[in-house]
Amino acid sequence: MTNRSCITLYNFFVYNSNFGPREGEEHKKILFFHPADTNIDTKIKAVGLSEAVVKFTETFSDKPCDALHTQKTRQVFLQPEKDFWMVMTVTIPKSETEKDGQTHIEYHEDDVQDSVYGAVLKQAYNMFKLFMGPFTSILKLTNVQHLMQRLDHFFPRYLQTLRLGQADIMEVHNGIQFLPLDKNTYLRIQCFINLIEATFSQVKYTAFLYNDQLVWSGLEQDDMRILYKYLTTSLFPTALESEMCRESPKSGGPLPPITSSSHFGKYVTGPQNLNDSNNLGKIPHIYVNTDTRYEELNLIAYRALSATVCLMVEPTSIPGFEWYKKIDAFLGPQLSTLASDISEQYSKRASLPSDQQFKYIYFNHMNLAQKTTIHNRKTLSAIISPEIVRLIADINASFVKTEDDAETVMKTVSDCWVVGKKSDQREFYVVINQKNANLIEINEEVKRLCSTHFNNIFFLD
Amino acid sequence: MADDEGFYVELSPNPTRFESVSKVTNVFFDEVNKQVFAVRSGGATGVVVKGPDEKTSISFRMEDKGDVISIKLSNDMKVLAVQRSQKTVEFINLSEGTDTNEYSQSCKGKTTRIIGFNWTYLNEIVFITDHGIEFYQVIPEKKILKTLKTVNISVNWFVFLPESSLLLLSSTTLGNVLQPFYFKGGTLLRLPKFEVDLPVTPKPPKLCLLERDVTMSNIYGQVYIIVLRHQQRGHANMGAEVVLYQLQKESPAKKTDVLRLNMSGRFALNVVDNLIVVHHQASKTSMIFDIKLGGESHDGYVTYHLPVLAPLPIKPFKLKITGLHVPTHTQTTEISCELYSPNWIVFQPDIVIDAKLGCLWHVHLKLEPLVTMIPDKTRLVDFLLLRSECKMVILSVCKQALVPGHQCKLSTISVVFDKLNQVYRNYLEMESQAGQADLGIVRGKKRSQAVIDQADMYTHVFSVFVDNKDVKHKFIVAVLMEYIRSLNQFQIPVQHFLYELVINTLVQNNFFYQLHQFLQYHVLSDSKPLACLMLSLESVYTPAHQLALDMLKRLSTANEEIVEVLLSKHQVLTALRFIRSVGQIDTVSARKFLEAAQTTEDKMLFYTVFKFFEERNLRLRGHPRFVPGEHCEEYVRHFESTFGSESLMVPMVTS
Repeated sequence: MTNRSCITLYNFFVYNSNFGPREGEEHKKILFFHPADTNIDTKIKAVGLSEAVVKFTETFSDKPCDALHTQKTRQVFLQPEKDFWMVMTVTIPKSETEKDGQTHIEYHEDDVQDSVYGAVLKQAYNMFKLFMGPFTSILKLTNVQHLMQRLDHFFPRYLQTLRLGQADIMEVHNGIQFLPLDKNTYLRIQCFINLIEATFSQVKYTAFLYNDQLVWSGLEQDDMRILYKYLTTSLFPTALESEMCRESPKSGGPLPPITSSSHFGKYVTGPQNLNDSNNLGKIPHIYVNTDTRYEELNLIAYRALSATVCLMVEPTSIPGFEWYKKIDAFLGPQLSTLASDISEQYSKRASLPSDQQFKYIYFNHMNLAQKTTIHNRKTLSAIISPEIVRLIADINASFVKTEDDAETVMKTVSDCWVVGKKSDQREFYVVINQKNANLIEINEEVKRLCSTHFNNIFFLD
Repeated sequence: MADDEGFYVELSPNPTRFESVSKVTNVFFDEVNKQVFAVRSGGATGVVVKGPDEKTSISFRMEDKGDVISIKLSNDMKVLAVQRSQKTVEFINLSEGTDTNEYSQSCKGKTTRIIGFNWTYLNEIVFITDHGIEFYQVIPEKKILKTLKTVNISVNWFVFLPESSLLLLSSTTLGNVLQPFYFKGGTLLRLPKFEVDLPVTPKPPKLCLLERDVTMSNIYGQVYIIVLRHQQRGHANMGAEVVLYQLQKESPAKKTDVLRLNMSGRFALNVVDNLIVVHHQASKTSMIFDIKLGGESHDGYVTYHLPVLAPLPIKPFKLKITGLHVPTHTQTTEISCELYSPNWIVFQPDIVIDAKLGCLWHVHLKLEPLVTMIPDKTRLVDFLLLRSECKMVILSVCKQALVPGHQCKLSTISVVFDKLNQVYRNYLEMESQAGQADLGIVRGKKRSQAVIDQADMYTHVFSVFVDNKDVKHKFIVAVLMEYIRSLNQFQIPVQHFLYELVINTLVQNNFFYQLHQFLQYHVLSDSKPLACLMLSLESVYTPAHQLALDMLKRLSTANEEIVEVLLSKHQVLTALRFIRSVGQIDTVSARKFLEAAQTTEDKMLFYTVFKFFEERNLRLRGHPRFVPGEHCEEYVRHFESTFGSESLMVPMVTS
């Protein structure tokens, strides 16, 4: 056995060929380049190569180039806006074997899937757009220097948070987990949100989450998809971490302030201490509906127990510190009650016996609903072998090519079955670990699963 | 009318008119039949009886045998009882034309004096004397009375509540021990007596609790003894109070409520629509109390109430007089009536009589002006829900609460919806219980006006509201969701037209993703009409197609619709797979599928579908041909011309 190296980021850059069309001005095309300490010649060469590849492939296909495979690297391309190109290069994992006293290096090209890393790149762009706005809008409102500043401000930190080694089918789906809820509780939440928006007219949109699961989004689906990703992979984990640190004060240190209120509500983004009117805390700016209304909003997240309300407010309309206090007084008690009611329901559902015989991933393209039992809920990393997870992404890649319903059944060398099904806009992948099963038995098993789990939707098996 | 606004109590527009009191005319009122008797010259020149309607109004003559003390007709108006002395009541049978032969009944005992009498039931009459009760049955044919029962008890005065057949006697020197009796078809039931607490006991003792301060009435289905307690001397700050004693069957009446009048002087009471209306003569105002509208209680037993609103005068009344006093003119003239006149006499439950004017009115409540007088909408709705004629007023309150100008907060609207739906829910529950209990007996109880159902809200409130261009669509959706939430909370099934309203509002404003989320959580319940509505939205919102198919699948009665939807989208194979999955492959029409396959112009698809049905034919009938009833000739020809007749399945020949 040998140790494989990890997939790492080799480079990442953004360019626009129109900015330096003449010879000697090539450097002007480069808007952002990672790693920053790369010398300018290397940068220009990398951009030049990518330009060449893009131009060259254009002669063969109407669709722009997706990826470039080399022995040691994989390069993925994205043209998110007209003439703007984003390119990411990752390393191919390698392993060394000793044979006849000679070191033999093997590159595992199959470990890196185009669809997965294409999705990672796409997400990088979407995240930038959420916090900074689209490239063309920034250009229109300011200038190239400003655009470069924003790129420089955003990407170095963002790229650090990428966990390339763990990227899998989940990046491709990029879905949303919804909280299963009964109708009455859902309606209570719905009316609660309406009440917030009616009482505080500054709030333009609201989203409601319980843990990492979405209950309601006032934002459109595409924006919510990006925001959801940010909340669940960045904001919530960070908030949770800092909370952990705060909750264990060192002996002799100051005790945490005791709040007089009887609720559990507090700001995740916004003032951390409601007695300190000088500190409004950090409040992210987001850009939504960039294709239509182009709205710039403040994202104020407020949490009580496991429930989070995200208030999206026009930056110009926040009246000041008193407003935060009012919001807290209004949201705190009601959200606390709602959260504890949901948790009661939630624990009842969670305690239902679950079938441990199989693991699955479900995704619906129409509402982006995603469910997975092959990933750890907290860390979101896969709990089954990476080879099998990669198989799922492979099946998915083949499904993308056809509009029709499809089904793929695969058996691994380790006697594990992976079944992928596509019915209209829904995808369903099952991993069954059943020794000595034959195709007929597996087919029956999947049929049974579908009929028990999808009896309330139109999912043909 | 602008001058209508400032009043919440009014007199009935068409009072019963009668000849006013004069030297020759005496006027009497019978609380049992609600009849006014105008007796001219002791009856010799006529007795005019005016009841609530034509049937209860008659006139006749009788011999003048002296001054009449009291005069009352039996319930069937066949026997007239006249009291002309303290000892005797005379009877006249009216049914036999002018039968002037009177018969009479004297009270028992030499010193006994009749205080009054009342008809209790068809031909049953009770005399209340200072020594007790004498209960008789009148036998008009024989012109005699038969004693049914007598009770000995010293009596100061009495109050009678005809609709509940209840008699209340005041006994003891102070008069504050009250003894109720209940009459039922020839029997007399003595209920537990109770004592009314007096502010001060005079020495030597004398009658303190007077007849004019005590009434009985039905309020919210319970009998109450209503006692007016005047302020004590020396306690000038304390206003008068009205004390309510709730009558109990097994135990003495219970003091339950106290109404704080905060005024003193002469008062009169009416009960209108379960409200206690207190008229105050000195200030010429009236106030209303509602014992169900909360109040404060210090001990948990007695609740203290303040008036629902500030005291206001009764709406001025103009009496129309036709030509009577002005004989030369035929047109009507109007005279203003003096309100709270000293000539007024008040009877239960809602009667005011002005004997000098010759008018009998009923006191009415005006609900519309209250809408602006009670600014707290939840209290207003609480109040209105308890009124009998409330439906349109509540609906207009709801309508007003939603539109700009008087728009209420969403939280208030939410509370109001919950209040309405609580009543609605109680009604549905009662209805289903009645349905289960006995199907044969139609429940006599009329549906209360306070039951405001979804159709009412839709017609009078929501359908108007959603078309209002001044209302923000966000608010419209919020209000509709609030109503749907409230219905769900009370487990009332939501009707389709409400969903349609929600969907249309969302669609008109391009809130498709919100709509999607509602459907995802089944906030809008599945139905075929809803699924069809979703299908029609596919062109503007693609996921609507999936939502519609899912819904049809869940309905499980819409398999045909699913097939139609799929075929219309040329998903012939999907349709076949679906029909196979629900086990209806043997019954579907082959023609429909072949037609759909042909229109796709996909030869392979047509071939596949054709072969599929050939196999079905073989399985069902033993040969692969289509039978004439299936009308597939056209497709067979198409198959032959495309693939050649040799491609048709050859039936197996069994030897």
